[in-house]
Amino acid sequence: MRGFDALLPEQVFFQGMSPHALDTIAGCASNVRFAADEWIFQEGEDASRFYLLRHGKVALKAFVPGRGEVTIQTIEAGDVLGWSWLFPPYQWHFGARALELTRVIAFDGACLRMKAEADHDLGYELLKRFSQTIIERLQATRLQLLDVYGVHA
Amino acid sequence: MSAIRANPMAPDPWRIERIRRETPDTFTMELGPVVGETTRPFAAGQFNMLYVFGVGEVPISISGDPTRGTSLVHTVRAVGAVTRVMCALKRHDVLGVRGPFGSQWPLREAEGLDVVMVAGGLGLAPLRPAIYQILARRTQYGRVALLYGARTPADLLYRRELYRWGARADMDVQVTVDRGDNAWRGNVGVVPRFIATAQFDPLDTMALVCGPEIMMHFTLLELQKRGLTAEQIFLSLERNMKCALGFCGHCQFGPFFECKDGPVFRYDTIQRWFGKREV
Repeated sequence: MRGFDALLPEQVFFQGMSPHALDTIAGCASNVRFAADEWIFQEGEDASRFYLLRHGKVALKAFVPGRGEVTIQTIEAGDVLGWSWLFPPYQWHFGARALELTRVIAFDGACLRMKAEADHDLGYELLKRFSQTIIERLQATRLQLLDVYGVHA
Repeated sequence: MSAIRANPMAPDPWRIERIRRETPDTFTMELGPVVGETTRPFAAGQFNMLYVFGVGEVPISISGDPTRGTSLVHTVRAVGAVTRVMCALKRHDVLGVRGPFGSQWPLREAEGLDVVMVAGGLGLAPLRPAIYQILARRTQYGRVALLYGARTPADLLYRRELYRWGARADMDVQVTVDRGDNAWRGNVGVVPRFIATAQFDPLDTMALVCGPEIMMHFTLLELQKRGLTAEQIFLSLERNMKCALGFCGHCQFGPFFECKDGPVFRYDTIQRWFGKREV
Protein backbone atom coordinates (compact mmCIF):
# COMPACT_ATOMS: atom_id res chain seq x y z
CA MET A 1 0.00 0.00 0.00
CA ARG A 2 1.20 3.49 -0.80
CA GLY A 3 2.01 5.78 2.09
CA PHE A 4 0.17 9.00 2.93
CA ASP A 5 3.13 11.01 1.67
CA ALA A 6 2.15 9.79 -1.82
CA LEU A 7 -1.63 9.89 -1.33
CA LEU A 8 -2.11 13.33 0.20
CA PRO A 9 -0.59 15.50 -2.57
CA GLU A 10 -2.96 13.80 -5.06
CA GLN A 11 -6.00 15.09 -3.20
CA VAL A 12 -7.43 18.38 -4.49
CA PHE A 13 -8.05 19.47 -0.92
CA PHE A 14 -4.32 19.42 -0.15
CA GLN A 15 -3.00 20.71 -3.46
CA GLY A 16 -0.38 23.43 -3.10
CA MET A 17 0.44 22.59 0.50
CA SER A 18 4.12 22.49 1.45
CA PRO A 19 5.78 19.08 1.85
CA HIS A 20 6.44 19.96 5.48
CA ALA A 21 2.75 20.66 6.16
CA LEU A 22 1.70 17.51 4.33
CA ASP A 23 4.19 15.48 6.30
CA THR A 24 2.82 16.91 9.55
CA ILE A 25 -0.77 16.19 8.54
CA ALA A 26 0.10 12.67 7.39
CA GLY A 27 1.13 11.92 10.96
CA CYS A 28 -2.54 12.22 11.97
CA ALA A 29 -3.92 10.16 9.05
CA SER A 30 -5.14 6.60 8.77
CA ASN A 31 -6.81 4.50 6.11
CA VAL A 32 -10.39 3.52 6.82
CA ARG A 33 -13.07 1.66 4.89
CA PHE A 34 -16.83 1.69 5.37
CA ALA A 35 -19.24 -0.89 3.99
CA ALA A 36 -22.43 0.12 2.17
CA ASP A 37 -25.08 1.35 4.66
CA GLU A 38 -22.55 1.62 7.48
CA TRP A 39 -22.79 4.71 9.65
CA ILE A 40 -19.58 6.76 9.60
CA PHE A 41 -20.83 8.94 12.42
CA GLN A 42 -24.14 9.91 13.95
CA GLU A 43 -25.63 13.20 15.04
CA GLY A 44 -24.55 14.17 18.57
CA GLU A 45 -21.52 11.86 18.75
CA ASP A 46 -18.05 13.22 19.45
CA ALA A 47 -16.52 14.66 16.30
CA SER A 48 -13.05 13.30 16.73
CA ARG A 49 -12.10 12.98 13.05
CA PHE A 50 -12.62 14.28 9.58
CA TYR A 51 -12.51 12.32 6.36
CA LEU A 52 -11.30 12.75 2.83
CA LEU A 53 -13.18 10.47 0.47
CA ARG A 54 -11.00 8.50 -1.92
CA HIS A 55 -13.72 6.28 -3.31
CA GLY A 56 -17.45 5.77 -2.80
CA LYS A 57 -20.37 7.93 -1.80
CA VAL A 58 -21.65 9.19 1.54
CA ALA A 59 -25.03 10.65 2.50
CA LEU A 60 -25.17 13.43 5.07
CA LYS A 61 -28.24 12.75 7.19
CA ALA A 62 -30.45 14.75 9.49
CA PHE A 63 -33.09 13.18 11.69
CA VAL A 64 -36.44 14.89 11.25
CA PRO A 65 -39.17 13.79 13.68
CA GLY A 66 -42.00 12.29 11.71
CA ARG A 67 -39.89 11.88 8.58
CA GLY A 68 -36.97 9.90 9.92
CA GLU A 69 -33.47 10.16 8.44
CA VAL A 70 -33.41 12.67 5.58
CA THR A 71 -30.45 12.96 3.21
CA ILE A 72 -29.47 16.59 2.89
CA GLN A 73 -26.43 16.13 0.68
CA THR A 74 -24.29 13.42 -0.86
CA ILE A 75 -20.50 13.56 -0.89
CA GLU A 76 -18.18 11.80 -3.30
CA ALA A 77 -14.55 11.02 -4.00
CA GLY A 78 -12.36 14.09 -3.56
CA ASP A 79 -14.78 15.71 -1.08
CA VAL A 80 -14.10 16.42 2.56
CA LEU A 81 -16.49 15.05 5.16
CA GLY A 82 -16.87 16.83 8.48
CA TRP A 83 -15.68 20.05 10.05
CA SER A 84 -17.21 19.69 13.52
CA TRP A 85 -13.81 18.48 14.79
CA LEU A 86 -12.57 22.06 14.30
CA PHE A 87 -15.03 23.87 16.56
CA PRO A 88 -16.17 23.27 20.14
CA PRO A 89 -18.08 21.36 21.38
CA TYR A 90 -16.64 18.92 18.78
CA GLN A 91 -19.90 17.09 18.19
CA TRP A 92 -21.44 16.05 14.90
CA HIS A 93 -24.39 18.19 13.82
CA PHE A 94 -25.47 15.64 11.22
CA GLY A 95 -25.01 11.96 10.60
CA ALA A 96 -23.06 10.40 7.73
CA ARG A 97 -23.78 7.02 6.20
CA ALA A 98 -21.91 5.26 3.41
CA LEU A 99 -24.20 4.58 0.45
CA GLU A 100 -21.72 2.16 -1.07
CA LEU A 101 -18.32 0.74 -0.22
CA THR A 102 -16.37 3.87 0.72
CA ARG A 103 -12.65 4.30 1.23
CA VAL A 104 -11.44 7.35 3.11
CA ILE A 105 -8.40 8.87 4.68
CA ALA A 106 -9.36 9.63 8.25
CA PHE A 107 -7.62 12.44 10.16
CA ASP A 108 -7.50 12.54 13.92
CA GLY A 109 -9.00 15.87 15.01
CA ALA A 110 -7.26 16.21 18.39
CA CYS A 111 -3.92 15.40 16.77
CA LEU A 112 -4.45 18.03 14.06
CA ARG A 113 -5.68 20.69 16.48
CA MET A 114 -2.61 20.17 18.64
CA LYS A 115 -0.29 20.47 15.65
CA ALA A 116 -2.14 23.52 14.32
CA GLU A 117 -1.83 25.25 17.72
CA ALA A 118 1.90 24.59 17.68
CA ASP A 119 2.30 25.61 14.03
CA HIS A 120 0.02 28.49 13.10
CA ASP A 121 1.11 28.41 9.45
CA LEU A 122 -0.27 24.89 9.28
CA GLY A 123 -3.41 25.96 11.14
CA TYR A 124 -3.96 28.86 8.73
CA GLU A 125 -3.56 26.57 5.72
CA LEU A 126 -6.08 24.14 7.13
CA LEU A 127 -8.55 26.87 8.02
CA LYS A 128 -8.30 28.42 4.53
CA ARG A 129 -9.14 25.07 2.95
CA PHE A 130 -11.96 24.24 5.33
CA SER A 131 -13.39 27.77 4.92
CA GLN A 132 -13.50 27.26 1.16
CA THR A 133 -15.35 23.98 1.62
CA ILE A 134 -17.76 25.54 4.10
CA ILE A 135 -18.46 28.46 1.73
CA GLU A 136 -19.13 26.12 -1.19
CA ARG A 137 -21.52 24.04 0.90
CA LEU A 138 -23.25 27.18 2.19
CA GLN A 139 -23.78 28.49 -1.35
CA ALA A 140 -25.06 25.13 -2.53
CA THR A 141 -27.43 24.94 0.44
CA ARG A 142 -28.78 28.40 -0.35
CA LEU A 143 -29.45 27.34 -3.92
CA GLN A 144 -31.19 24.19 -2.66
CA LEU A 145 -33.34 26.26 -0.32
CA LEU A 146 -34.42 28.52 -3.18
CA ASP A 147 -36.31 25.56 -4.62
CA VAL A 148 -35.50 26.78 -8.13
CA TYR A 149 -37.39 23.99 -9.91
CA GLY A 150 -40.62 24.54 -7.99
CA VAL A 151 -43.64 26.43 -9.29
CA HIS A 152 -43.69 29.86 -7.74
CA ALA A 153 -46.68 32.05 -8.47
CA MET B 1 -34.12 22.79 -41.36
CA SER B 2 -37.74 23.87 -40.83
CA ALA B 3 -40.01 24.29 -43.82
CA ILE B 4 -41.31 27.77 -44.62
CA ARG B 5 -45.02 27.73 -43.97
CA ALA B 6 -47.64 29.69 -45.92
CA ASN B 7 -49.00 31.46 -42.86
CA PRO B 8 -46.86 31.03 -39.77
CA MET B 9 -49.59 32.54 -37.59
CA ALA B 10 -52.14 29.88 -38.55
CA PRO B 11 -52.06 26.72 -36.44
CA ASP B 12 -52.39 23.32 -38.06
CA PRO B 13 -54.43 20.60 -36.36
CA TRP B 14 -52.38 17.79 -34.80
CA ARG B 15 -53.84 14.90 -32.88
CA ILE B 16 -52.59 13.51 -29.59
CA GLU B 17 -51.41 9.97 -30.30
CA ARG B 18 -49.85 9.14 -26.96
CA ILE B 19 -49.63 10.70 -23.52
CA ARG B 20 -47.23 9.68 -20.81
CA ARG B 21 -47.20 11.12 -17.33
CA GLU B 22 -43.65 11.98 -16.31
CA THR B 23 -44.22 13.46 -12.85
CA PRO B 24 -47.30 14.53 -10.88
CA ASP B 25 -47.56 17.77 -12.86
CA THR B 26 -45.64 17.00 -16.06
CA PHE B 27 -46.59 14.92 -19.07
CA THR B 28 -45.17 14.08 -22.47
CA MET B 29 -47.44 13.93 -25.48
CA GLU B 30 -46.77 12.68 -28.94
CA LEU B 31 -48.66 14.45 -31.73
CA GLY B 32 -49.43 13.26 -35.22
CA PRO B 33 -50.73 15.39 -38.11
CA VAL B 34 -54.47 15.39 -38.77
CA VAL B 35 -54.27 16.44 -42.41
CA GLY B 36 -51.71 16.90 -45.14
CA GLU B 37 -48.21 16.55 -43.83
CA THR B 38 -46.61 13.32 -42.71
CA THR B 39 -43.57 14.81 -40.97
CA ARG B 40 -42.51 18.15 -39.64
CA PRO B 41 -38.72 18.38 -39.45
CA PHE B 42 -37.19 20.33 -36.60
CA ALA B 43 -33.78 20.96 -35.10
CA ALA B 44 -32.75 20.16 -31.53
CA GLY B 45 -33.48 23.19 -29.39
CA GLN B 46 -36.46 24.51 -31.36
CA PHE B 47 -39.98 24.96 -30.05
CA ASN B 48 -43.58 24.92 -31.26
CA MET B 49 -46.53 27.07 -30.32
CA LEU B 50 -49.24 24.72 -29.07
CA TYR B 51 -52.81 25.99 -29.19
CA VAL B 52 -55.61 24.61 -27.05
CA PHE B 53 -58.51 25.86 -29.13
CA GLY B 54 -60.65 28.33 -27.25
CA VAL B 55 -58.17 28.60 -24.38
CA GLY B 56 -54.86 29.91 -25.65
CA GLU B 57 -51.44 29.24 -27.04
CA VAL B 58 -48.13 28.47 -25.33
CA PRO B 59 -44.54 27.95 -26.51
CA ILE B 60 -43.32 24.43 -25.75
CA SER B 61 -39.89 23.00 -26.57
CA ILE B 62 -39.79 19.98 -28.81
CA SER B 63 -38.47 17.09 -26.72
CA GLY B 64 -38.57 14.31 -29.30
CA ASP B 65 -35.98 12.78 -31.57
CA PRO B 66 -35.09 14.99 -34.56
CA THR B 67 -33.76 11.97 -36.41
CA ARG B 68 -37.23 10.37 -36.29
CA GLY B 69 -39.53 13.05 -37.65
CA THR B 70 -42.82 11.17 -37.86
CA SER B 71 -44.34 12.73 -34.75
CA LEU B 72 -43.91 15.80 -32.59
CA VAL B 73 -43.08 15.18 -28.95
CA HIS B 74 -43.55 17.81 -26.26
CA THR B 75 -43.07 17.64 -22.52
CA VAL B 76 -45.38 20.04 -20.71
CA ARG B 77 -45.68 21.11 -17.12
CA ALA B 78 -49.16 22.12 -15.96
CA VAL B 79 -48.45 25.51 -14.44
CA GLY B 80 -50.68 28.02 -16.22
CA ALA B 81 -54.19 28.40 -17.60
CA VAL B 82 -53.39 26.81 -20.97
CA THR B 83 -51.10 24.03 -19.78
CA ARG B 84 -53.55 22.98 -17.06
CA VAL B 85 -56.25 22.48 -19.69
CA MET B 86 -53.68 20.75 -21.91
CA CYS B 87 -52.93 18.39 -19.06
CA ALA B 88 -56.57 17.25 -19.04
CA LEU B 89 -56.59 16.42 -22.77
CA LYS B 90 -56.81 12.80 -23.84
CA ARG B 91 -55.63 10.61 -26.67
CA HIS B 92 -57.21 11.62 -30.02
CA ASP B 93 -57.90 15.20 -28.86
CA VAL B 94 -56.70 17.83 -31.32
CA LEU B 95 -54.33 20.73 -30.70
CA GLY B 96 -53.18 23.54 -32.93
CA VAL B 97 -49.48 23.56 -33.81
CA ARG B 98 -47.39 26.41 -35.19
CA GLY B 99 -43.71 25.96 -35.76
CA PRO B 100 -41.03 24.88 -35.41
CA PHE B 101 -39.49 28.17 -34.37
CA GLY B 102 -36.24 29.47 -33.02
CA SER B 103 -32.55 28.68 -32.98
CA GLN B 104 -30.96 25.32 -32.32
CA TRP B 105 -28.24 23.68 -30.26
CA PRO B 106 -24.91 23.90 -32.15
CA LEU B 107 -24.45 20.18 -32.64
CA ARG B 108 -22.53 20.44 -35.92
CA GLU B 109 -20.08 22.90 -34.37
CA ALA B 110 -19.70 20.56 -31.40
CA GLU B 111 -18.47 17.67 -33.55
CA GLY B 112 -14.97 16.65 -32.56
CA LEU B 113 -15.40 18.22 -29.14
CA ASP B 114 -16.39 16.97 -25.70
CA VAL B 115 -19.96 17.94 -24.87
CA VAL B 116 -21.23 18.67 -21.39
CA MET B 117 -24.97 19.18 -21.01
CA VAL B 118 -26.33 20.67 -17.81
CA ALA B 119 -30.07 20.53 -17.24
CA GLY B 120 -32.24 21.65 -14.37
CA GLY B 121 -35.86 20.60 -13.88
CA LEU B 122 -37.91 20.84 -17.06
CA GLY B 123 -34.74 22.09 -18.78
CA LEU B 124 -33.98 18.50 -19.69
CA ALA B 125 -36.83 18.55 -22.23
CA PRO B 126 -35.20 20.97 -24.73
CA LEU B 127 -31.90 19.11 -24.32
CA ARG B 128 -33.35 15.67 -25.02
CA PRO B 129 -33.38 16.13 -28.83
CA ALA B 130 -29.70 17.10 -28.61
CA ILE B 131 -28.96 13.93 -26.63
CA TYR B 132 -30.74 11.80 -29.23
CA GLN B 133 -28.84 13.47 -32.04
CA ILE B 134 -25.47 13.16 -30.33
CA LEU B 135 -26.06 9.50 -29.54
CA ALA B 136 -27.15 8.85 -33.14
CA ARG B 137 -23.76 10.19 -34.28
CA ARG B 138 -21.84 9.24 -31.16
CA THR B 139 -18.49 8.71 -32.88
CA GLN B 140 -18.49 12.34 -34.03
CA TYR B 141 -18.13 13.59 -30.46
CA GLY B 142 -15.57 13.22 -27.71
CA ARG B 143 -16.64 12.62 -24.15
CA VAL B 144 -20.31 13.29 -23.46
CA ALA B 145 -21.63 14.22 -20.04
CA LEU B 146 -25.16 14.91 -18.90
CA LEU B 147 -25.60 16.55 -15.51
CA TYR B 148 -29.22 16.76 -14.47
CA GLY B 149 -30.79 18.21 -11.35
CA ALA B 150 -34.40 18.00 -10.23
CA ARG B 151 -36.36 19.00 -7.17
CA THR B 152 -37.07 15.52 -5.80
CA PRO B 153 -36.81 11.93 -7.10
CA ALA B 154 -40.51 12.12 -8.04
CA ASP B 155 -39.77 15.12 -10.27
CA LEU B 156 -37.22 13.36 -12.48
CA LEU B 157 -38.15 13.35 -16.16
CA TYR B 158 -37.52 10.47 -18.57
CA ARG B 159 -36.47 8.03 -15.84
CA ARG B 160 -36.12 5.02 -18.12
CA GLU B 161 -33.98 6.93 -20.58
CA LEU B 162 -31.84 8.37 -17.81
CA TYR B 163 -31.20 4.83 -16.68
CA ARG B 164 -30.37 3.69 -20.22
CA TRP B 165 -28.08 6.65 -20.88
CA GLY B 166 -26.39 6.16 -17.52
CA ALA B 167 -25.71 2.52 -18.33
CA ARG B 168 -23.81 3.44 -21.50
CA ALA B 169 -20.05 3.25 -21.30
CA ASP B 170 -19.71 6.24 -23.64
CA MET B 171 -21.79 8.69 -21.64
CA ASP B 172 -21.32 10.10 -18.15
CA VAL B 173 -24.71 10.75 -16.55
CA GLN B 174 -24.96 12.40 -13.14
CA VAL B 175 -28.43 12.85 -11.68
CA THR B 176 -29.04 14.78 -8.49
CA VAL B 177 -32.01 16.04 -6.53
CA ASP B 178 -32.42 18.93 -4.13
CA ARG B 179 -34.32 16.79 -1.68
CA GLY B 180 -34.03 13.03 -1.42
CA ASP B 181 -36.39 10.58 0.20
CA ASN B 182 -35.81 7.32 2.05
CA ALA B 183 -35.82 5.25 -1.12
CA TRP B 184 -33.42 7.52 -3.03
CA ARG B 185 -29.88 6.13 -3.24
CA GLY B 186 -28.57 8.70 -5.71
CA ASN B 187 -27.00 12.13 -5.38
CA VAL B 188 -28.45 14.92 -3.28
CA GLY B 189 -27.28 18.46 -3.92
CA VAL B 190 -27.33 21.13 -6.59
CA VAL B 191 -26.34 20.27 -10.14
CA PRO B 192 -23.60 22.93 -10.69
CA ARG B 193 -21.34 21.22 -8.17
CA PHE B 194 -20.99 18.20 -10.47
CA ILE B 195 -19.23 20.32 -13.08
CA ALA B 196 -16.03 20.29 -11.01
CA THR B 197 -15.64 16.53 -11.43
CA ALA B 198 -17.29 15.93 -14.83
CA GLN B 199 -14.94 14.38 -17.38
CA PHE B 200 -14.24 16.86 -20.19
CA ASP B 201 -11.33 18.80 -21.60
CA PRO B 202 -12.08 22.49 -21.02
CA LEU B 203 -10.07 23.50 -24.09
CA ASP B 204 -12.15 21.30 -26.40
CA THR B 205 -15.60 21.31 -24.89
CA MET B 206 -18.95 22.77 -25.74
CA ALA B 207 -21.46 23.22 -22.93
CA LEU B 208 -25.22 23.18 -23.47
CA VAL B 209 -27.21 24.50 -20.54
CA CYS B 210 -30.94 24.74 -19.85
CA GLY B 211 -32.86 25.32 -16.64
CA PRO B 212 -34.08 28.10 -14.36
CA GLU B 213 -32.00 31.27 -14.82
CA ILE B 214 -30.54 31.17 -11.33
CA MET B 215 -29.44 27.58 -11.83
CA MET B 216 -27.85 28.60 -15.14
CA HIS B 217 -26.11 31.50 -13.40
CA PHE B 218 -24.37 29.16 -10.94
CA THR B 219 -23.68 26.68 -13.73
CA LEU B 220 -21.94 29.40 -15.74
CA LEU B 221 -19.73 30.24 -12.77
CA GLU B 222 -18.67 26.61 -12.39
CA LEU B 223 -18.08 26.13 -16.12
CA GLN B 224 -15.93 29.24 -16.19
CA LYS B 225 -14.08 28.01 -13.10
CA ARG B 226 -13.25 24.87 -15.10
CA GLY B 227 -11.84 27.11 -17.85
CA LEU B 228 -14.62 27.32 -20.42
CA THR B 229 -14.99 30.64 -22.19
CA ALA B 230 -18.28 32.37 -22.97
CA GLU B 231 -17.89 31.29 -26.61
CA GLN B 232 -18.01 27.63 -25.56
CA ILE B 233 -21.26 27.88 -23.62
CA PHE B 234 -24.79 27.83 -25.07
CA LEU B 235 -27.92 28.54 -23.07
CA SER B 236 -31.57 28.03 -23.83
CA LEU B 237 -33.64 30.86 -22.38
CA GLU B 238 -37.35 30.97 -21.87
CA ARG B 239 -39.37 34.14 -21.74
CA ASN B 240 -42.90 35.12 -22.49
CA MET B 241 -43.09 34.19 -26.16
CA LYS B 242 -46.38 35.02 -27.87
CA CYS B 243 -46.13 35.45 -31.65
CA ALA B 244 -42.93 33.38 -32.07
CA LEU B 245 -41.96 35.53 -35.05
CA GLY B 246 -40.35 38.54 -33.43
CA PHE B 247 -43.30 40.89 -34.04
CA CYS B 248 -45.04 41.29 -30.71
CA GLY B 249 -42.01 42.07 -28.56
CA HIS B 250 -43.14 40.07 -25.53
CA CYS B 251 -39.93 38.10 -25.41
CA GLN B 252 -37.51 40.95 -26.02
CA PHE B 253 -34.16 40.33 -24.33
CA GLY B 254 -31.84 43.29 -24.79
CA PRO B 255 -31.55 43.71 -28.55
CA PHE B 256 -32.86 40.18 -29.20
CA PHE B 257 -36.18 38.46 -29.44
CA GLU B 258 -35.96 35.10 -27.78
CA CYS B 259 -38.49 33.54 -30.12
CA LYS B 260 -36.54 34.16 -33.30
CA ASP B 261 -32.95 34.94 -32.16
CA GLY B 262 -33.18 32.28 -29.44
CA PRO B 263 -34.15 30.38 -27.43
CA VAL B 264 -30.60 29.00 -27.80
CA PHE B 265 -27.92 31.68 -27.47
CA ARG B 266 -24.16 31.53 -27.35
CA TYR B 267 -23.36 33.00 -23.96
CA ASP B 268 -20.98 35.71 -25.16
CA THR B 269 -23.76 37.22 -27.32
CA ILE B 270 -26.08 37.72 -24.35
CA GLN B 271 -23.60 37.97 -21.49
CA ARG B 272 -24.24 41.70 -21.12
CA TRP B 273 -27.95 41.17 -20.46
CA PHE B 274 -28.04 37.81 -18.76
CA GLY B 275 -29.08 38.07 -15.12
CA LYS B 276 -30.03 41.77 -15.37
CA ARG B 277 -33.35 42.39 -13.68
CA GLU B 278 -34.39 45.19 -16.00
CA VAL B 279 -33.95 43.21 -19.21
